[in-house]
Amino acid sequence: MSSDASRLGFYLLIAPLLLWLVVLILLPHIGLFAVSISEKTGVREYEIGFGNYAAFFTEPLYWRTFARTAIMSILATVLTLLLGFPIAYYIAKLTRGRTKTTLFLMCMIPFWVSELVRTYGWMILLRETGVFSNALQYIGLTTGPIEFLYNDAAIMVGLVYTSILFMVVPLVTTLDSLDDSLIEAGYDLGGTSFSVMREIVIPHAMPGIVSGCIVVFMLSLGNYLTPILLGGKDSLWFTGMIYTQFITRFNWELGSAFGFLLLALSSLVVFVGLKLSRQSLTETMGR
Amino acid sequence: MTVSPDLVCRDLVKDFDSFRAVDHVTFEVPQGSFFSILGPSGCGKTTLLRMIAGFQSPSSGDLLIKGRSMLGVPPNKRPVSMVFQHLALFPTMNIGDNVGFGLRQRGVARSEIKARVTQVLERVGLPGFSERRVEQLSGGQKQRVAIARCMVLEPDVLLLDEPLGALDLKLREHMKIELKALQSEFNTTFVYITHDQSEALVMSDKVAVMNHGRFEQIGTPHEIYYDPKTAFVAGFVGDANRFDAKVSAKSGSALSMVTEAGTQIEVETDASNLSVGQGAEVFLRPEAIELAKAQADLTVKTNTSVGVVTSVFFNGANSMVSLKDAKAGMSFNVALPQTGAFADLQPGDEVYTSWHPAKARCYAHDGA
Amino acid sequence: MKIKLVSSIVFATSLMAQGAHAETLRLLTWGGYAPEEVIAKFEAETGHTVEVTTSNNEEMIAKLRATNGGGFDLAQPSQDRITSAQEEFGIYKPIDMSRVNAELFIPSMLSATAGNTTYNGEVYGLPHVWGTSGLVVNTAQAGDVQDYTDLCDASVSGKVSYRLKRPTLIGFAYSMGLDPFAAYADTEAYQGILDQVEAKLTECKPNVKTYWEGGDEIKNLLRSGEVVASMAWDTGGWQLNADNPDITFVAPESGALGWIDTFVLPARGRADDAAYDWINFVMQPEIAAMITNTAGNFTAAVDGDAAVSADLKARYQGSFDQSAIDNIKWYPPVPAGLEAIEGATLDRINAAN
Repeated sequence: MSSDASRLGFYLLIAPLLLWLVVLILLPHIGLFAVSISEKTGVREYEIGFGNYAAFFTEPLYWRTFARTAIMSILATVLTLLLGFPIAYYIAKLTRGRTKTTLFLMCMIPFWVSELVRTYGWMILLRETGVFSNALQYIGLTTGPIEFLYNDAAIMVGLVYTSILFMVVPLVTTLDSLDDSLIEAGYDLGGTSFSVMREIVIPHAMPGIVSGCIVVFMLSLGNYLTPILLGGKDSLWFTGMIYTQFITRFNWELGSAFGFLLLALSSLVVFVGLKLSRQSLTETMGR
Repeated sequence: MTVSPDLVCRDLVKDFDSFRAVDHVTFEVPQGSFFSILGPSGCGKTTLLRMIAGFQSPSSGDLLIKGRSMLGVPPNKRPVSMVFQHLALFPTMNIGDNVGFGLRQRGVARSEIKARVTQVLERVGLPGFSERRVEQLSGGQKQRVAIARCMVLEPDVLLLDEPLGALDLKLREHMKIELKALQSEFNTTFVYITHDQSEALVMSDKVAVMNHGRFEQIGTPHEIYYDPKTAFVAGFVGDANRFDAKVSAKSGSALSMVTEAGTQIEVETDASNLSVGQGAEVFLRPEAIELAKAQADLTVKTNTSVGVVTSVFFNGANSMVSLKDAKAGMSFNVALPQTGAFADLQPGDEVYTSWHPAKARCYAHDGA
Repeated sequence: MKIKLVSSIVFATSLMAQGAHAETLRLLTWGGYAPEEVIAKFEAETGHTVEVTTSNNEEMIAKLRATNGGGFDLAQPSQDRITSAQEEFGIYKPIDMSRVNAELFIPSMLSATAGNTTYNGEVYGLPHVWGTSGLVVNTAQAGDVQDYTDLCDASVSGKVSYRLKRPTLIGFAYSMGLDPFAAYADTEAYQGILDQVEAKLTECKPNVKTYWEGGDEIKNLLRSGEVVASMAWDTGGWQLNADNPDITFVAPESGALGWIDTFVLPARGRADDAAYDWINFVMQPEIAAMITNTAGNFTAAVDGDAAVSADLKARYQGSFDQSAIDNIKWYPPVPAGLEAIEGATLDRINAAN
């Protein structure tokens, strides 16, 4: 009797998780997959096949766009890490109490407005008649206006800005858990700042670094607005391509196949990254 | 030419925003000795140790190691090593890498590091532990690794920040002896801070008792225990019965005093600054009091009184009884002799006590 | 005149009668087509409530496709995109002409739209707002830009913008002396035209500052002077003209591209009564003028331009003389599958370096 009751309790507990998994994760993917393996043969006529997947590999534009997206995302991840680590270290180790909270909040301020607004903000700063260009002219460093927008560097700035919080948060968490006395012990035993960082701080922060990198990589890869708006005429981005297939081409079949390929290929990149850094996903995400 | 002491502190002061943590501390530690700094938490002993290690810089005063001033020298350039309170072993490295860390920083050749790590691990009794992970070790083994990690660098001074605090009692007792043995084995100067008097007394050559940022007394464990120079030392080191009393008569070093409860006591002390009518604190160790079931059995005939047992604290060799003076109603503790002669005492029993006037310590009331 | 008066009295009474069955009208439309004041008036008069979702042609079709024509009660895609979407996805239902007050519509536009939106003998679309796309030019700095191909001129290098969408392909084709609309039905001929346009646009790419995505973006680029000539809608040019008299809409020599946004009923819409009420309501001359004043484009309502602001009329007349109006190339219905061919061309242009 009591075991029946506890079993019911167990099912009630697990119900939201199952519901979430099935309704929000599993079913859409099954639906998407079903669409991705249907090839259009005529008006309202479809047959099952993997032609849409084949199209990705046979049309250079598609896989080159993916490769470009992946490489840019990896670069954005590396830049975010290089920028985020000192920030996180400063917040976690060199500040206390109110200052810490304030700095943490400042990292979050950009997320109080929508991504679109943030991106427009960058456009105002970077455009030819924008703040940076005018400031440079004002202080006399250049004579004419400079266009900072519509290139890969602008995309990079936007991506790093958008994802820095997602790097800083896991880093601050892992660095917070690093006992100060370990750092002091490192110095006490003759370590330089560099060797203490390399041998003590970074190995300790590795799970945070890896989970931050995975999140930032995925966010960059899946970003749509930033590359399109800041990138200008050469801003090929794989999610933009998926959007185009779905919306302007009415080609849901190819779009779905692209979606699955994005999922598979980005998982592959993350897997390779984990192998290279000798971290396991359970260790990284389980902490 | 005299050999300069390993560690010299001169008028060391450390001020924080709102208070002074270390207040004009001066001491010397000769080579190869075990020096303890004993004090309650918040007395400034950790700040003092961190200044020696280089993690904090003094507000004024000087700090010399082997005759060389350490002011402005960063921690990684000082010939001192520190064993941290929670040991601070690097969890991401195995034991060998932990111990070899300092040597790697000095750019010692890989093969030599290996040899020296092996050697020092043998000396601390952990041969073949190189490949183990930190979390596979017991508390005592971690302790020894932490010491090995410092000793492999052959520091002039080894600083220890209450390293036994986290261990359980049995292991702590064992490690006290082991630490002392390691110190004489390596013949290195140890500076040890603790709030546990027994650790300080057992291991040290010299003990400094610290309170409110000042050194109250520096001396051998024996001096500290039997000849405390201040009321704080008398009260902090070892057990003591404390009375407030007033001097009623003075003749040389012999004083007659009346306690607050009205009992007359006789005290012999070199406290020349006490005069008739002045208030003082009197400290008397529980083991200085003689106990007898009949007055005639007392060998010491001064300061006799009759008391009633209020409670018995059995603690093996350190057993005590609490007595209430029959006349004045004053309470005090008496140590039971280790012969077991009074093992049958029960609350309510009547006993006779006496103590020699020279066993008590008197200190004039501050200001009062 | 008398007939009109009578009909509007009848119409008003019928609105009162229907007020008893208040419905929620979920309207999928363009920005500016359903101004707040119009909605307020409509709600007060009929008792219906209106929920507006603004979108564009492609997203309208994608949204309706995702729900098989559900989720909205009235949509407003352009007339050339209706039959192909209906053929492929079946997302609309036919218009019941008996419930539409046909007298409110300009007859020629009503019949032209009906012709273009007829599928399997049923009419699917009613005309609402019409306009053109062409060139928006800063005449002080790029007065020589008279046609689409002039955007590739070295004198405006780096200060040009257009969308990477199908109107650009078609505009350039006309400007190059080709006739893409005539080739709609002939895939091979159309592909031939696209190939020539692709070569031209690829060659033109270094001239382009950026491919714009949204109306606000191109207006900002033109207003700041970063872009001096662009392909854009007429209204955008007229709005900018209000702030800076140098900037205005120019009907290209090869002809502006004319579009008509329509009313269509999504297949699974639930509030048909409210939808017809809305159509009959906004086509009244004074309401139509209110919409023209916010959207910037004229409507298919009879006398709909009477109450339009004089400024807007002046700008319109400044951009279009009679010959320019006669030269407007009206989009014919897009055959199903044409977007895929055009898409491949656009992809190649986008990827070209």
